[in-house]
Amino acid sequence: MLEVALRHRFDALDLDVTFQAPQGLTVLFGRSGSGKTTIVNAVAGLLRPDAGRIVVDGRVLLDRAQGVDLPPHRRELGYIFQEGRLFPHLTVRRNLKFGAWFAGRRARQAEFDRVVDMLGIGQLLNRRPGALSGGEKQRVAIGRALLSAPRLILADEPLAALDAPRKAEIMPYFERLRDEAGVPILYVSHSASEVARLATTVIALDQGRVIRQGPAAEVLGDPTVLPTGARDAGAVLTARIAAQHSDGLTELDAGGNALFLPRIGGQIGDSVRVRIAAHDVILSRARPDGLSSLNILPGRIAELRAGDGPGAMVALDTSAGRVLARITRRSADALGLEPGQTCHAVVKSVAVAPGDIGA
Amino acid sequence: MTDWLGPEEWRAVALSLKVAFWAMTASLPVGLFTAYALARWQFPGKQVLNGLVHLPLVLPPVVTGYVLLLGLNPNAPLGRALAEIGIVLAFNWTGAALAAAVMAFPLMVRAMRLAIEAVDPKLEQAAATLGAGPLWVFATVTLPMVLPGIVAGAILAFAKAMGEFGATITFVSNIPGQTRTIPSAIYAFLQVPGGESAAMKLVIVSVVVAMGALLLSEWIGRRIAARIGGGHA
Repeated sequence: MLEVALRHRFDALDLDVTFQAPQGLTVLFGRSGSGKTTIVNAVAGLLRPDAGRIVVDGRVLLDRAQGVDLPPHRRELGYIFQEGRLFPHLTVRRNLKFGAWFAGRRARQAEFDRVVDMLGIGQLLNRRPGALSGGEKQRVAIGRALLSAPRLILADEPLAALDAPRKAEIMPYFERLRDEAGVPILYVSHSASEVARLATTVIALDQGRVIRQGPAAEVLGDPTVLPTGARDAGAVLTARIAAQHSDGLTELDAGGNALFLPRIGGQIGDSVRVRIAAHDVILSRARPDGLSSLNILPGRIAELRAGDGPGAMVALDTSAGRVLARITRRSADALGLEPGQTCHAVVKSVAVAPGDIGA
Repeated sequence: MTDWLGPEEWRAVALSLKVAFWAMTASLPVGLFTAYALARWQFPGKQVLNGLVHLPLVLPPVVTGYVLLLGLNPNAPLGRALAEIGIVLAFNWTGAALAAAVMAFPLMVRAMRLAIEAVDPKLEQAAATLGAGPLWVFATVTLPMVLPGIVAGAILAFAKAMGEFGATITFVSNIPGQTRTIPSAIYAFLQVPGGESAAMKLVIVSVVVAMGALLLSEWIGRRIAARIGGGHA
C-alpha cells in the first residue's frame, strides 16, 4: 500500500494531491501537465516537493513536517522510465543485476532466472543496450527495476515511446507484473486504452488535483471523469470467452449478454477485459431489430451529463457492467432520455480494438 | 637507440618522460575533481576558478614560470614550508613536473569537463533509484562513461608536458640531468656551435612521441566509444 500526500508548486503546475495506491496496478491518469510525472518523481525522491508525506507499507519515505526525506537510493523502489535509461556501457546481464547488487540480501538469486524467463530476454543477456530494439530495451528496463527487489514499482509512461506493435508486445508483461509480482505498481499514463487494460485502481488527475479515484471500472464508467477529454471516454467490461466461432469471431459472455468480437486468443472460460469507447456506442429506447450490429446490451440509465458543446455523456448500467455512450444533446432530447429509464446500448463488434483486450 | 642518441640527449629524453609522466599522473585526480566541479556544481567563485584553470593557456609561459618561482622558491613562505617537509621544487626535476602540470592542466580539465557534461544525468538518476549512493553512481555510471574523456585529457596533458619549455626554464632553469628536458636540451644544443645534429635528433624524438601520444589517444578513445556505443560485448 502506497500513501501519498503532496503539495508542490512550480511553473504552471499547482499540485495538491492525496491518494492511496493499494495492491495491484494503480494508474495516474490525466493529460500532460496534470502533474503525473511530478508525483512519480516525488515518490522516487528525484524531486523534493514543497510539502508532503509518502509512505510505502508503513515505511516513511518522505515527511517534510518531520524532516524525513530518504535519498532515492534508500527508497527501495523500482523505477521504469519512459526512455528505458539502460546503462549503455553495461551488458544486459549487468544492467539487470545492477539493482540486485545494491539490494544485497533482499534480492534473491533465484529471481534472476525467473524474471529473465518471464520477460523472454534470455538471448539478450550478453548484448549491450545499443544493440536492442525499443521493445527489447523496455523489457530489460522492466526486468532491471523488478530485480532490485523493490517495495513499489514506478512506471512513467513506459509505452509512450513505442509504436503500436511494440506496445502490444510490452503490455502483457505489465499484466503479468500486476498479477504476479506481488508489489504495488504506480503507473503513469494518458492513454485510455492502457488504463482500461492494465489498471486495478485509477487516480484521475486534472491540473494538479485528484478528480476521482477508485477501482478502474468505476472511475472509467463515471461520465464526469474525462481527464483526457470526451473523445477518449470509454468504459471497461469484464467478460468471459464463451465460444470461438468458425467465421473468425469470438463470442464473449458479459453478464449474460453475448458480445461478438474479432478473434481473441484464449481458451473458453478465460476472463478478458474489453474497453468500449463511448463514441462507438449507439443508444436505442426499444430493443433494436434488423441492425447489422451484433452486440446489444440492455440496461438502465444511471447518469446523463450534458457537455459544454453539442455532446452528452450517458452512463448505462447493464448486467455486464457500466457502459458509457457519447451522443448528441439533440438525440438525448429527441429520445427523452432521463436517469432511470431502460435503454439499449448498441456496440459495433469491430469497435472493440484488439489493443483494448486484456486478461 | 642508445648509440644513436648521445648520453646527454638520452638523459634529456628519459627526464622528459619522467617529468611528463608525473605531471600527468599527479594532476589526474585534481583535474578530474576540478572538471567535475566545473561541469556539475554551482558555487560562488566558479567563474574565478574557471579563469584560474585556463590562465596558463593564455599567459606567456615565462610569466607562469616566474609566478611559480616567486611562490615556491626556498625563501618564499610556501617554498620554505614545503622544503621543511622534504619537498624541494625550485631547480629540481619535481619543479619541472609541477611547471609542466600547471601548463597542461587547462587542456586536461577541458577534455574531462566536456566528457562529464556529455553524461546524461538521467542515467545517474536511474542508478540512484536502483539503490546506488552518490559515490557508487559516480564509480559505476559516471566514471566509465567519462573514461574516453579522461584518457584523452591525460594523453593530451602528457604530450603538452613533454613539450613544455617557457615555464620550466624560468622556474627550474636548465640543469643537465635535473631539469634539462627535451625542449631545454634542444635550446641548449642550438646555443653551441655544432649542436645542430643533436638538436635535430631530439626534434625527431619529440615529433615521434607527440604523434604517438595523439594516435594512442585516438585509438583508446575509439575502443572505449565502441564498447559504450553498443553492439555485442
